[in-house]
Amino acid sequence: MRVTILLFAVYRELADASSLDLELPADATVREAVDRLRSLPGLACLPAEPTVAVNREYASLERDLKAGDEIALIPAVAGG
Amino acid sequence: MRAVEASGARVIGHVSDDPIRVEELLRAGSSADGAVTVFVGRVRDHSHGRRVIRLHYEAYGEMAERELAAILDETASRWTFSHLEAVHRTGTLELGELSVAIVVAAPHRSTAYEASRHVIEEIKRRLPIWKREEYADGEVEWAGSAPSEA
Repeated sequence: MRVTILLFAVYRELADASSLDLELPADATVREAVDRLRSLPGLACLPAEPTVAVNREYASLERDLKAGDEIALIPAVAGG
Repeated sequence: MRAVEASGARVIGHVSDDPIRVEELLRAGSSADGAVTVFVGRVRDHSHGRRVIRLHYEAYGEMAERELAAILDETASRWTFSHLEAVHRTGTLELGELSVAIVVAAPHRSTAYEASRHVIEEIKRRLPIWKREEYADGEVEWAGSAPSEA
């Protein structure tokens, strides 16, 4: 299945990309998506256990993914 | 931007590039509301000992609006007030510009203060917004995870 990864702020700069698509096994979790992402050339600099959101809601790394999910890696927030 | 009626309160939240106009927010509530609190955060000229000349705020826009709406709904379920509005800026902000504003109109002040404080603390804790600080020496850095002092 295909999912979309979104990268913001310092993560976007580290990865030099704001979004990319990943092909994953059908039963993959968020953690597996992050592991796969970090195995790509130049992306090992991303944290192994980032805060994430799935489809615009904070989610656990153990959450099961569905085809088409939008997974955002959320660096330390700094609003206010 | 989203407006909902939660337990009788009018609740509005938005995340936008548009400048914040406090005078418009001050029209909140009605003559039944004896207390109106206004909290504003504005761009400060220093950060961890370095001179800041401007800030750039970036948001995960769709999620930020959704998360802000969730914060406001939770606040409306805990306190009784007639109007709550919270606005967060994105984009480039010069020194002194307003980055965030929270207005609560309520019959009494204790509710207005408590609800306002809750909203700003939750914004800082969970709104997916990031801040790039531009310093007087020409360097630029993403603000880290250190607790903010605003």
